[in-house]
Amino acid sequence: MIDFIHSFLFGIYPYIALVSLFLGTLIRYDREQYSWQASSSQILSDKGLAIGNIFFHLGIIFIFMGHFVGLLTPHALYEHFIKAEQKQMLAIVAGGIAGVFGFIGLSILLSRRLGNARIRATSSPLDILILFLLWLQMMLGLITIPFSLSHHDATQMLNLSQWAQHILTFRSGAADFIKDADWIFKCHLFLGLTILLLFPFTRLVHMLSIPAKYLPRPLQIVRSRQARR
Amino acid sequence: MSYFLDKLTFFKREKEEFSNGHGVKTDETRGWEKGYRSRWQHDKVVRSTHGVNCTGSCSWKIYVKNGLVTWETQQTDYPRTRTDMPNHEPRGCARGASYSWYLYSAQRLKFPLIRSRLLKAWRAAKIIAKDPVNAWAAVASNPETVKDYQSYRGRGGFVRANWDEVNEIIAAANIYTAKKFGPDRIIGFSPIPAMSMVSYAAGSRYLSLIGGVCLSFYDWYCDLPPSSPQTWGEQTDVPESADWYNSNFIIAWGSNVPQTRTPDAHFFTEVRYKGAKTVAVTPDYSEVAKLCDLWLHPKQGTDAALAMAMGHVILSEWHVKNKSDYFDDYCRTYTDMPFLVRLVKKGDRLVPERMIRASDFADDLGATNNTDWKPVVIGAKDEEIHAPNGTIGSRWGQKGKWNLELKDEVTGEEIWPMLSLNEHSKHEIASVSFPYFGNQEHEHGYFAATSHESILDRNVPILKLNLKEGETLVASVYDLFLANYGVDRGFGGGNVAKSFDDDFPYTPAWQEKITGVKREHVINVARQFAENAHKTHGKSMVIIGAAMNHWYHMDMNYRAIINMLVMCGCIGKSGGGWSHYVGQEKLRPQTGWVPLAFATDWNRPPRQQNSTSFFYAHTDQWRYEKLKMEEILSPLEDDKEWKQLSFIDCNAKSERLGWLPSAPQLETNPLELGAKIHTSGANVGEAIVGGLKSGDLKLSCHDPDNPVNWPRNMFVWRSNILGSSGKGHEYFLKHLLGTSHGVQGKDLGQTGEQKPRDVVWHDDAPEGKLDLLVTLDFRMSTTCMYSDIVLPTATWYEKHDLNTSDMHPFIHPLSAAVDPAWESKSDWEIYKGFAKKFSELCVGHLGVEHDVVLNPIKHDTANEIAQPFEVQDWVKGECEPVPGKTMPAVFLVERDYPNTYKKFTSIGPLLGKLGNGGKGIGWNTDAELKMLEELNHIVTEEGVSKGLPKLDSAIDAAEMILSLAPETNGHVAFKAWEALGQNTGRDHTHLAIPREDEKIRFRDIQAQPRKIISSPTWSGIESEHVSYNACYTNVHELIPWRTLTGRQELYQDHKWMRAFGEQLCVYKPPVDMKTTAEVVDKFAKSKSGKNHKQVVLNFITPHQKWGIHSTYTDNLLMQTLSRGGPIVWVSEIDAKKIGIIDNDWVEAYNANGAITARAVVSQRVNEGMILMYHAQEKILNTPGSEITGARGGIHNSVTRAVLKPTHMIGGYAQLAYDFNYYGTVGSNRDEFIILRKMEKVDFMNEENYDTSNQFVTSK
Repeated sequence: MIDFIHSFLFGIYPYIALVSLFLGTLIRYDREQYSWQASSSQILSDKGLAIGNIFFHLGIIFIFMGHFVGLLTPHALYEHFIKAEQKQMLAIVAGGIAGVFGFIGLSILLSRRLGNARIRATSSPLDILILFLLWLQMMLGLITIPFSLSHHDATQMLNLSQWAQHILTFRSGAADFIKDADWIFKCHLFLGLTILLLFPFTRLVHMLSIPAKYLPRPLQIVRSRQARR
Repeated sequence: MSYFLDKLTFFKREKEEFSNGHGVKTDETRGWEKGYRSRWQHDKVVRSTHGVNCTGSCSWKIYVKNGLVTWETQQTDYPRTRTDMPNHEPRGCARGASYSWYLYSAQRLKFPLIRSRLLKAWRAAKIIAKDPVNAWAAVASNPETVKDYQSYRGRGGFVRANWDEVNEIIAAANIYTAKKFGPDRIIGFSPIPAMSMVSYAAGSRYLSLIGGVCLSFYDWYCDLPPSSPQTWGEQTDVPESADWYNSNFIIAWGSNVPQTRTPDAHFFTEVRYKGAKTVAVTPDYSEVAKLCDLWLHPKQGTDAALAMAMGHVILSEWHVKNKSDYFDDYCRTYTDMPFLVRLVKKGDRLVPERMIRASDFADDLGATNNTDWKPVVIGAKDEEIHAPNGTIGSRWGQKGKWNLELKDEVTGEEIWPMLSLNEHSKHEIASVSFPYFGNQEHEHGYFAATSHESILDRNVPILKLNLKEGETLVASVYDLFLANYGVDRGFGGGNVAKSFDDDFPYTPAWQEKITGVKREHVINVARQFAENAHKTHGKSMVIIGAAMNHWYHMDMNYRAIINMLVMCGCIGKSGGGWSHYVGQEKLRPQTGWVPLAFATDWNRPPRQQNSTSFFYAHTDQWRYEKLKMEEILSPLEDDKEWKQLSFIDCNAKSERLGWLPSAPQLETNPLELGAKIHTSGANVGEAIVGGLKSGDLKLSCHDPDNPVNWPRNMFVWRSNILGSSGKGHEYFLKHLLGTSHGVQGKDLGQTGEQKPRDVVWHDDAPEGKLDLLVTLDFRMSTTCMYSDIVLPTATWYEKHDLNTSDMHPFIHPLSAAVDPAWESKSDWEIYKGFAKKFSELCVGHLGVEHDVVLNPIKHDTANEIAQPFEVQDWVKGECEPVPGKTMPAVFLVERDYPNTYKKFTSIGPLLGKLGNGGKGIGWNTDAELKMLEELNHIVTEEGVSKGLPKLDSAIDAAEMILSLAPETNGHVAFKAWEALGQNTGRDHTHLAIPREDEKIRFRDIQAQPRKIISSPTWSGIESEHVSYNACYTNVHELIPWRTLTGRQELYQDHKWMRAFGEQLCVYKPPVDMKTTAEVVDKFAKSKSGKNHKQVVLNFITPHQKWGIHSTYTDNLLMQTLSRGGPIVWVSEIDAKKIGIIDNDWVEAYNANGAITARAVVSQRVNEGMILMYHAQEKILNTPGSEITGARGGIHNSVTRAVLKPTHMIGGYAQLAYDFNYYGTVGSNRDEFIILRKMEKVDFMNEENYDTSNQFVTSK
């Protein structure tokens, strides 16, 4: 039974989460353009927003990139430049600093969301839930640091990236790589998948739209009458 | 197709740069534009308007989308005006534009609600009693049960009910009340039928069929200017706003045109482009002050002094020094100025008394009919006495002489009336006494007094006449009128002014001390006003607002201005006249509506009651009366009896003399009494007179606190009486409703002051007279909060109805853009439901009954000339009680109770038998009934209504109004003018011929607002050549005013008028309500023991910017524009005195109760004045009061109504009662409050917040 749960959570649940992530995001982008936004609450109160927001975003963007590169780059690609142990140490130090930043920012944002009456009243349950999940995830991520430190050989890290790469390349037996992983990693993984699952239903979608085009675009844009309607 | 896929079309994208790369043309998707497009798409547009008391009556487009009302915009398709005038559009304002918010808001009432304590008691009683009427008897006759739910009124505790059950409770309560106490204990209050006349008629028709009482509103709101019926015999008739454009000089006097007449204000600005001068007279720096060329700001409440001084200037310069022929001709023809007044000796003084009548002369001047009612003039050429055409005596009992042709009524010879007896060869000069009130000191010293004597003697030309009684001295009204103004005409004597700088009443110098307005401004404005009127033949206008009419001595404020208009010949002239715009009082198709509304197609007369007297008595405000008769009596009055009387005594006297109506009428149940009289076959009048004389029957008015005389059931619809117009709000709560209240003062029994003489005093005042209060509304108003049953009604976008205004001549529809939402129903359907249930349940309790109805002596009926000289009281044996003559008229009305529903839903047979009519004329209306049979179809069911035209839907009812009224049916207009022509002896049908074949129907006005047809119901006409202007037909068609002389009555000669010194207009300072001294020290210390800084201020309650009365004040959009809760305006000086800054929470209180609000500290208001926009509801952001312990009140929490005896006069030509026409009015501006900063703001948000409140636990 334990085996089944394990293989469901880390062999099947990732696909459910990814289907939700891709399909949900696509559908929402096509059908709910008006809801595609960060839903800023700055108009209601800007107290603590700047510092919390900047800390959080700095931290989370760095961590996101770190996870992306760290988990999905095949070992063979980097082993000539950096040892796994060194990579792990790099991840622990850099990720830890970014994580602390992000955690502080997120704590400020969460307390603001719950403590400010106007913001609390205008928040949807999902707004609060996703913020709380991120906060929890960030905390779990920070707790993994001492566990990682106890695995100097970086096997844990390699297993985790094996798992991720197997999942993404549709190879069987992905879940087996992390069968013996510490509970804390499993929790972190599960919560991460859940956040991906919830992603299309929350304000997190705003990260897919970066208003970079505003910078180079001409001052006036005329849309053709013959344009697709 | 897909936003996402579109993003991927990298190779198909077209980009074309222009302007050196500053712009780019792309072919990217435009699908997102749909969102904006569909935002403004809708399925249909329906015409409706807002059934609110604002005079706007604006046509609106109501947009419906997916079955929901989404928004509204102004209609712009009014019929065009004539070529030289601006059009009416756009009409509408921000308030109306916010209405659709209500439909689906939290404020909307969605289901019938009932007080849970009442419902539990009812269900328990019904299990035992089975029969609903017996069940209600069990509930209502158990004082503990009643107290249990009464004491929870206003404190929540509603549960959702269903229509069947509430209809059953209401019908059972009505049946029980009629059976046990009499149907005149069932009361209904609904105001301003012109807002939505079918909805009004629904309730009043139900009540009138069962014998219930409809309460008046116009007088209660104090919007009725008693000066109008006093002067013209007309409730109120005014020019339409378009006529402002025809004026050349407009004074906006106490009327904040841009704020309170927003849709009409454009005419006010447009006429300035044409060169008209505009002057604003307002005590505060109001919006209209900003719009005018000159702003005069007299101290509030002293307008009469200012207007009298202007009158002084006009008379001096245009009637004495440089006579204007136009003014002179006008005064001789259209006013009572040439009429003769008897002068009587009082000690060594000569005092003006009543007018001389034809019957005073030995041969009655040859006249035969009503000679007591024919005042006389002297011919300027022959120096003979003449009874001219057009006096009230010639209106009744004879035909063809009631017109304003300057002819002797008997001989028919032409006469040119003598204006001043100075022109008479045998005149003498004598000193005549006039009362003066401006020397009265006011409690707070706030209103300045002058040091002149209380009696002013002035020389007047007089004449000796030989009458039946012997030699009598007489003077003309004109001479008395000029003398009263202190104008020096060279007759010698004192108290007349040689120059405007002399300090005599009523010179410009004299008024300076009282009003604070510089004399130069007074002289300039008066001069220009008169000069313009002289040159243009009357195109000077005064737009006058409710503000000045809300003072106790409102008639003085108004008559002083009316005098100015009359002496300049402005009344009845296009572009001139008296433009009193307050409530939406003009129900244009009135004569078509009355039979529907008061069921006079089935029985007559209906029971109608003046609200001011009713509420004064039944909310026990009279028990706290602090004003004494001697404070307002004339210094020339020598009748000692007055000083024994209180105001409630005067009102009771007025009721027993048949002047004012009563409700309830007799202590005995009129159905029991009627049954006895009917079976005995006695004459009902004789039976009642016998009973009253023997003492077997007692009038209810002498003991309003006796439980047999309490009102028991009350309906409120289209009204928010407890959140808006209920003067003495806290007394309502205490005595009528029996719930927690904020009354702080003691009653006369507790203070040991003089009690009423004739009205019975009970040491313990009743608390909780009403068993059942039912309110119909679309929103949860303050009144709903205090009701036992709250019924959800259709909004103005969910029902069919009619709407008219005095500001424009169009008739508007209300249309159902969507069906009533949730379980709401239109008022018509709701009352139909009551009628149906009532008919079912009454069987076995009430069958065909006979109801004794007492009716006052009514204006515009032959009875209006009932009591010509003395005031004789049959109770004191001064005369015999004669119904309709010296006491109320008596009728025995058959009520077929089980057929109430059938009668409600069909047009009864009396219209065919008796015809239709109004204002003293009648016509046959068979043709219209025939048309209605075809239009509405006939009832085919067996029963009393078989074969009669149906009255099933609200549209059927609307068609009945439109078909029967001359204003909307050209044939009827023709008949009405023809009928009037028989009285006047002149042909008026030329006014109706151009539109004779026109019939305005409901679907016509849904297509476009329609201009109404000229009708003799009103004194103006609709034509291609002039705009609607009041008294136009009096002046141009020579139709007499409906007054004693048939002219504009500037001299009021009734005995009671003389007692209070109001024969001629005088300045009277505001009265002292004495409501602050009693409590100012009691609350001076705060709970923490430190002294509050307090200031005593005069409490002014003008109309507001963010609402129409209480409507819209709870609307989110309007609250966003305002401050989101109750506010009061305070001057910077007074704010400093008590240490408050803008937006501080303050409390205003006095003996009547307390208000909590936030302060707007502003230079706009004067020192000594506090201004609170009236009718800000206490359901919104209102904290608890530190004074009362209950939630802070509404503006009326600190007011109490007080009556004026001159308004109770009846049976005397123009001073005769009619519903909403003449009678006591609820003034409230003489009130003072104590203002202080709040120490602790407590919103009382916890449940059962006031169970610990002293007022509740004491019950």
